[in-house]
Amino acid sequence: MEEPKGLVAALTRKHGPLSIAFDAALPGRGVTALFGPSGAGKTSCLRMIAGLDRAGVGVLRFGDQTWQDSRRRIFTPPHRRRIGYVAQAPSLFEHLDVAGNLDFGWRRAGQPSHLNREELIDQFGLRLLLPRRVGALSGGERQRVAIVRALLSDPRLLLLDEPLSALDGAAREDLLARLEGLHARLAIPMTYISHAIDEVARLADHIVLLDAGRVVAQGPLSATVTRLDLPAALIEAAGAVIEGVVTAHDPADHLAALTFEGGVLLLPRDSAKVGDRLRCRIAARDVVLTLERQTGSSALNQLACRVIAVGEADHPSQRLVQLDAGGTVLLARITSRSARALDLTPGKPVWAQVKATALGA
Amino acid sequence: MVGLSSEDLEAFGLTLRLAATVTVLLLLLGAPLAWWLARTRSPVQRLVAAVVALPLVLPPTVLGFYLLLLLGPHGVVGQTMSRLGLTLLPFTFGGLVVGSMLYSLPFVVQPLHNAFEAIGEGPLEAAACLRAGPFDRFWSVALPMALPGVVTAAVLGFAHTVGEFGVVLMIGGDIPGQTRVLSMRIYDHVEAGDYAQAHTLSLCLLAFSFAALLAMTLLRPRLRANG
Repeated sequence: MEEPKGLVAALTRKHGPLSIAFDAALPGRGVTALFGPSGAGKTSCLRMIAGLDRAGVGVLRFGDQTWQDSRRRIFTPPHRRRIGYVAQAPSLFEHLDVAGNLDFGWRRAGQPSHLNREELIDQFGLRLLLPRRVGALSGGERQRVAIVRALLSDPRLLLLDEPLSALDGAAREDLLARLEGLHARLAIPMTYISHAIDEVARLADHIVLLDAGRVVAQGPLSATVTRLDLPAALIEAAGAVIEGVVTAHDPADHLAALTFEGGVLLLPRDSAKVGDRLRCRIAARDVVLTLERQTGSSALNQLACRVIAVGEADHPSQRLVQLDAGGTVLLARITSRSARALDLTPGKPVWAQVKATALGA
Repeated sequence: MVGLSSEDLEAFGLTLRLAATVTVLLLLLGAPLAWWLARTRSPVQRLVAAVVALPLVLPPTVLGFYLLLLLGPHGVVGQTMSRLGLTLLPFTFGGLVVGSMLYSLPFVVQPLHNAFEAIGEGPLEAAACLRAGPFDRFWSVALPMALPGVVTAAVLGFAHTVGEFGVVLMIGGDIPGQTRVLSMRIYDHVEAGDYAQAHTLSLCLLAFSFAALLAMTLLRPRLRANG
């Protein structure tokens, strides 16, 4: 199947003291995370994509359409871009009930038959809320209404600005799980702002790393977050994202076995269906390197790897080690002293120990 | 206190007709104007806002006087109108409508302006991303969300028109069934020493004004709770 054309942006904009240069190519399928620390200009970039911010200068194309070309004085207003935009604190229409909010874009899109309104309502748990006024909704409910409202307007591109940032533990996990479900069946590309790498690891296929208004790295998620040259401000993002298939689940120990190219990982899960695809993130700081396979260790996971390269970390006491685990790239953050003691040179075989407890519940 | 004469009733009916006409026209005209004032980044915005607010501080007689000059047979508007074969506006119901509209303009535009500003960018941006064009956003989002402001504007515009006197005196005159409104009638009664009639009509106006303001305050919180 031919890969659908995505978004190509070359936009600049002054935003107070920050000058933003958004040069990115976002694929036409899957979830792209715009990741970066607070104040990196993520929301400004998303608003320029949506056309809500006219101060950007440059070129923006989506698919075969030119949404903006400042030199040719082209600017497509947001209502003609067919985007679904969900702001960080979504504005619901206070004069309408939940159903009225959901139907706002749905009606204007001509009630497209390829969208299953009822299924989306159930998928996001909105059935019982339909007749409610929006003023009384909780933060999580407002987000869910805004997301389904955007989806029902039949967009060609979905833009989400940190939908989880204002939510507390349970509501956050609930919405994250629903978004994972959406990711699995969504036919259109989605761009997702986040400053939490665990969200990105679970949702994104592609990542654009922003720092101080600039795109510092972009590409497929796993390959990008295991690069050794990430700027210091984004070092927290460093780590591997493993996608595999559940091959076993031990309900007594609450452990699932995830089989991927590089071996098998045990991770804590209360339930997991054999055959399900699952993602997990191995943060660079959670990896211990040993020269031999350990026997008396509490770490449940030991993966046979080969050193690809050793790079600088954000502190002189530390090194980042890029590892090849049977085709999957892992990253380990270790002290410079250990790197010296183990004499880590490219091609050297090592074992990567990962505590299962570091892989989330 | 005595009952209302047929002339009083006629003045009553005329006043209500005038106020209703002016309110409807002002809402139709004031809503787009207030929307523009709330949304524009044009440098003339402040100038226009000041002109709209002018009748708040201008003595109504001054406003009426200039209107009389402007609309009269020697005024620019008056001459244009006679050239087009139209009846001159001074001392007609139409003239009263024009004068009252200018006089009550700020009372309609300012509540609308405030209500539109209070909506903020969020809902309008959300509507734009849900495929609503500019007019659609005004009609389906801004107006319904500004409904309490619309109610305030209508009540204030209506009540203020009912109570006007100076503009009427200048541009309307005192023609029964045409321009003789309640305030004019009260003035006539007092001039004629007929305090009892003046009292009846005054009391009616007082009760009406109070009822209008009461209705507005009772209606507003309910609208807010619903929307």
